[in-house]
Amino acid sequence: MTTIQFIITLGGIGLSIFISWFFWLAPKGQTHAATGAGGVQEVAITVKGGYTPDVIVLKSGQLVRLTFTRQENSACSEEVLFPDFNKSSLLPEGEPVTLEFTPEKPGEYGFQCKMGMLRGKLVVE
Amino acid sequence: MIVKDPVCGMEIDSETAFAFREHMGQKFYFCSEDCVGKFDADPHQYAMVTSATTGFNSGIPLERINLPIQGLKEDQDANKLQSWLKAYPGISQVIVNRATGTAQITFLPAQLSLANLVKAIRAAGFRPEGAQTHIGIQNLRCASCVQSIEDELRATPGVINGSVNVATQEASIEYLPQQTKLADLNTAIESWGYKTHPAVSKEPQDKQEAEHEKEYRRLISHFWFAAIISLPVLATAYSKFVPFVRDWSMVTLRLAWEVTALLTLPVMFWSGIDFFTGAWAALKHRSANMNTLVALGTMAAWLYSTIAVLFPSIFPLGTSEPFYDVVAVVIALVVLGQALELRAKGRTSEAIKKLIGLQAKTARVVRDGQEMDIPVEEVLVGDVVQVHPGEKIPVDGLILEGSSAVDESMLTGESLPASKKTGDEVIGATLNKTGAFKFRATKVGKDTALAQIVKMVQDAQNSKAPIARMADTISGYFVPVVMILAVLTFVLWFDIGPQPRLVYALVTAVTVLIIACPCALGLATPMSLMVGIGKGAENGILIRTGEALQTAQGIQIVVLDKTGTITKGKPELTDTVVADNWKENDLLQLAASVERSSEHPLAEAIVEGAKVKSIALTEPSAFEAVPGFGVIATVGGKHVVLGNLKMMEREKAILGDLEQKASALADDGKTPMYVAVDGKAAGIVAVADTIKEDSAEAIAALKKMGIEVVMLTGDNQRTASAIARKVGIDRILAEVLPGDKAKNVGLLQADGKRVAMVGDGINDAPALVQADVGLAIGTGTDVAIEASDITLIKGSLKGVVTAIEVSRATMGNIKQNLFGAFIYNALGLPVAMGVLFPFFGVLLSPLIAGAAMAFSSVTVVGNANRLRTFKPRLSVK
Repeated sequence: MTTIQFIITLGGIGLSIFISWFFWLAPKGQTHAATGAGGVQEVAITVKGGYTPDVIVLKSGQLVRLTFTRQENSACSEEVLFPDFNKSSLLPEGEPVTLEFTPEKPGEYGFQCKMGMLRGKLVVE
Repeated sequence: MIVKDPVCGMEIDSETAFAFREHMGQKFYFCSEDCVGKFDADPHQYAMVTSATTGFNSGIPLERINLPIQGLKEDQDANKLQSWLKAYPGISQVIVNRATGTAQITFLPAQLSLANLVKAIRAAGFRPEGAQTHIGIQNLRCASCVQSIEDELRATPGVINGSVNVATQEASIEYLPQQTKLADLNTAIESWGYKTHPAVSKEPQDKQEAEHEKEYRRLISHFWFAAIISLPVLATAYSKFVPFVRDWSMVTLRLAWEVTALLTLPVMFWSGIDFFTGAWAALKHRSANMNTLVALGTMAAWLYSTIAVLFPSIFPLGTSEPFYDVVAVVIALVVLGQALELRAKGRTSEAIKKLIGLQAKTARVVRDGQEMDIPVEEVLVGDVVQVHPGEKIPVDGLILEGSSAVDESMLTGESLPASKKTGDEVIGATLNKTGAFKFRATKVGKDTALAQIVKMVQDAQNSKAPIARMADTISGYFVPVVMILAVLTFVLWFDIGPQPRLVYALVTAVTVLIIACPCALGLATPMSLMVGIGKGAENGILIRTGEALQTAQGIQIVVLDKTGTITKGKPELTDTVVADNWKENDLLQLAASVERSSEHPLAEAIVEGAKVKSIALTEPSAFEAVPGFGVIATVGGKHVVLGNLKMMEREKAILGDLEQKASALADDGKTPMYVAVDGKAAGIVAVADTIKEDSAEAIAALKKMGIEVVMLTGDNQRTASAIARKVGIDRILAEVLPGDKAKNVGLLQADGKRVAMVGDGINDAPALVQADVGLAIGTGTDVAIEASDITLIKGSLKGVVTAIEVSRATMGNIKQNLFGAFIYNALGLPVAMGVLFPFFGVLLSPLIAGAAMAFSSVTVVGNANRLRTFKPRLSVK
């Protein structure tokens, strides 16, 4: 094997490991929900190429109010789905849309766009 | 002392006030001639008895409105508006909710008019939003008229903004429905001499549809741009095949390549902008999706090609050729694929659009004695609505006066118009036939039966079937895996591939990136689910979740509740058997008269049966109900006894052959009651719960599908068997206590079978929840039955058959899609990596890979659309 091939091979393996780490293993930043008036946990989420924030920590048993504001017109993000709570909502561009529900059991609940390209997670403690 | 001018609300010093009046024991001060003039003209409008301390009288109704407000971006905006408004005289309470973007304002309308309130909000720097409406204007031609009409509209109280479009001949108006009605807006326009009509909007109904349209046009324009650029690029890339170009010298060709390098830049960053912004956004969220793949693939191709063109000496001989065609063509194709996919997606939501289209647009309400036409959104609960023959009923309500026949087939499937009279319920979106009536609106907007159905269907369409979650988990890992595969492919070809190594390595790596299609996998289930649930809704089957749909296809046993499900649920008089020389009608007259006072459910049937025969009933006296035996009363001087065998024994009435006849009736599934008059047996009246006409057919169909049908009832064994025989059920669970119904379902499940339960949502709720799939037969406006997984709004059992059919068809479609998406990737990726090369010398061209990727998701959506041709085997007519 020539030197270049050796370098390329090493680089390839290194890149593969980096990809695994970057997308799967590296821990993601979490956002804790602020508790507003009346014990309602409120979080505002911007939808633009993804959900910001996309990992939200919540307390169980308390009402949660999530306000999504979509700031793009790509058809991908026009709906947000919470399959575990059987809730979904259309997000017209630029309009804040609020979803309310109370997560009873602790656990991780995912939310996503219709096609699954954009994802987020609710961590209920 | 400081006082408030009751007319304008200005705070003035009483000693320097312009005028003073005393009215009804109260002193009033005015700031100007204008104000005192207004007061004198109509003192009662301004003179209210107000509390000395707060200035408000609890006896006077305050008005409270919820106004949507624009511009509430930050919390400080909300606070600013709140404190600003609170300072205004006449405002009692202000709550500004930033999250919902509304302000709830409680105020004294006599002191602060709505128009001034709007002005106050504007003064704070915010804009109240109102209802939107469009009014068509006939023959609007002159541009100057536009200005006049707009001014007129804006001057109309309650109008926030109005604009007139000469091109569409329409006025778009934003207004506060609390203050202005559609009629006023029409008047404003008509005052300029134009006739108005409800806007014939060629615009799409939905905002979502409009957005889709815009997006589609954008994608198509991107496609054309990329496509056009692709032509010269292809020509220079495959120069040997193109007649004119093949004669060019290497120098010219190289120059041409440099040009194509520049040409493909806008293709990447204008036509393909979505891929790059999408990939970057995903990257920031530490995730990767289809955009990442396309962006990486095309960028790699472009970079390699540019380096090859600019620095040909770096590369080994024969490898410094560009691949700009890959960049342009792939982007063109994938964008086209997205456009087509968007189109196809629009078709999947047809069922919902049809349902929404059932809604009436306007309603005629009677307010303050005046009839007026208003948009249906403005109808309030409690409004009196007038309906003429042939019109659509706008909202749900109760009839106040009048009567008619109403065609409810679009919601209940009843082909015969239902007759409605005072006190009856009417459902919005149904069609009034020949009569006219007024009704009081009880449910409007989101609460109407139709709106509930639409919401249920939408929620269900967006839910996840368990099978979809599996697909989702895979997609989460898919793209990074593909990226790793691309890297490994490059390394492999570079290390052990044939010459030219670099070219092969790059081309295969790019192809791997491009052929992978995570989208098809992600679309497979949601698309079919949408169409399947929509189809169900079209046939009167409201499936609440994707999970229910998936479970329903594997049902092995269907448990049917008897009363109300197999049977109509209302006992009816079936037979009158007489003894000796009694006449039937006379017997019935006595029996019914006695039963008039009885609260027994069967009593109503007898009374009804007599009414149908136009038999006049007599008021009974000395009525006595003997539980477990029967009833006794005196009718017209006769001592009449109605009851069972035990009752007859008690009365010592000799039955003769009546007992035999009663037995025969019981075997037929009826409930016989003996009638004894003055101590002697006179006859039998029999009552039965009649079976729904299509129950037998539905049960036969279920058995044909290989499903076992079981009857569950609290009724006695004998009656149950009789009914079961008539409808073809072999297995009966009779005399089940209401509390044990769920347990019985559980017992069946313990056998390892999938059990579905069909009942009404109220009494059978626990059993419905226990079953793997609970089906509730809903009637009228009571649609969202909590305990059930599937609601059959057309009360027929055929719905059960159709529900299972829809479930099987949809799940089949989903599996086709998933299989297709999976196989596509499972085959495409290895071929792209070069698995066939050692054997057949076949490599996948990146261009073909791009085409395949683009069309794979269109195919998935297209296949989902195929489900729209589904027709139930048994149609409920």
